[in-house]
Amino acid sequence: MSKVLGYRRPYFDTQPAHLYPGYRSTIKRAPSKPLIHLPHTISEVTGPLFGPADIGPNDHDLTAQHEGAPIGERIVVSGRVLDENSKPVANALIEMWQANSAGRYRHDIDDHDAPLDPNFTGVGRVLTGADGAYRFITIKPAAYPWRNHYNAWRPAHLHFSLFGLGLVQRLVTQMYFPGDPLLPYDPMYNSIPNEKARERLISHFDWERTIPDIALAYRFDMVLRGREDTPMETTRS
Amino acid sequence: MSLLTTPSQTVGPYLRIGFLPLLIDAIAPAGVPGERIIIRGRMSDGDGKPVNDGVLEIWQADAQGKYAHPEDGQKTIAANPFRGFGRVLTDGGGAFRFTTIKPGPVAGPDGKQQAPHLVVTVFMRGMLRHLITRMYFPGEALNETDPVLQRVPVDRRATLVATAGSEKSIVEWNVVSQGPAETVFFDF
Ligand SMILES: [Fe+3]
Repeated sequence: MSKVLGYRRPYFDTQPAHLYPGYRSTIKRAPSKPLIHLPHTISEVTGPLFGPADIGPNDHDLTAQHEGAPIGERIVVSGRVLDENSKPVANALIEMWQANSAGRYRHDIDDHDAPLDPNFTGVGRVLTGADGAYRFITIKPAAYPWRNHYNAWRPAHLHFSLFGLGLVQRLVTQMYFPGDPLLPYDPMYNSIPNEKARERLISHFDWERTIPDIALAYRFDMVLRGREDTPMETTRS
Repeated sequence: MSLLTTPSQTVGPYLRIGFLPLLIDAIAPAGVPGERIIIRGRMSDGDGKPVNDGVLEIWQADAQGKYAHPEDGQKTIAANPFRGFGRVLTDGGGAFRFTTIKPGPVAGPDGKQQAPHLVVTVFMRGMLRHLITRMYFPGEALNETDPVLQRVPVDRRATLVATAGSEKSIVEWNVVSQGPAETVFFDF
């Protein structure tokens, strides 16, 4: 085993820079020294794998995790996890967390003056199917203020964390809603230089997947890194 | 056909609720063969302040140097009690701690072996993209020839190698996100 089929590197400008002063917390936390180029070895193309045993019965339905129903607008969020080569990523573990319909997280450091909902935890998990498809049922989160700058509000968003087939495919991201007027003001969203890549973070209203009389639906596909065409030469610099 | 990858976004300040269901600070369940070790350390930022909202994810091979993954020739993942994955949060003082077994050397480029190491993924509020680093073990002969350590400037290599703790079973290793003692992170 001397050659490993590596993964493609991100295209220029499609990922945020580590240092983005518009998001103040990056200033003291982003690395200041150059990152060292790492050719992918067996340690990076492998990664933790998950299966149905890792998921609980109501993990995909955040409206059914308590005795009563949470307050808010019920929504279906679904899509597919693919790689750059359009190949579905099966058995990807997706973790999701979010604020409630008032913009408050069930977290001890969230001191936003908005009510908690006893019937909403805001945490879900699913595994993608053979076709890369996943589906959550939840409540539409609200915008919330943060202290990054004067009058700073985060657009409504869901946090997603994904484990693909190897460590290099690991992704943590956020999903936004179409037409959100806060997006142009959000440093998080605007940290991605490439406009097309940025738009990947906006879900699409999905009329065909709405559940009549129950819930509207949004579609959100996520794309993980794909394989190189040929094994990486181990001597590249 | 080529699709644009989904950009990374920060885990934000409320990562704890999302990452909690999959916390694993004992990576090797009882009965998994190997030398047991405790790894402990602190995560700090460019001002030396503790990072109290960070996450470390650990990925490692077993004592024989094999990853629980089909690409490392492992066919029976479901039956393997050792997944090789851990996830720990930092506490209010930036401290983290986990236990595991020491991995064996794994295959590297050009038929060379890589020294025993943990691959560590770092997340925190204030990071728009996660970072990857490695933790190597103190006093390991293979550290001298490890192909990844060789790529790191000599004066920065020590950030990747744990130091021996007060007892043989304990190693200490810190993660510094920025500054003169900055941990080496990889462009992967
Ligand atoms: Fe958030």
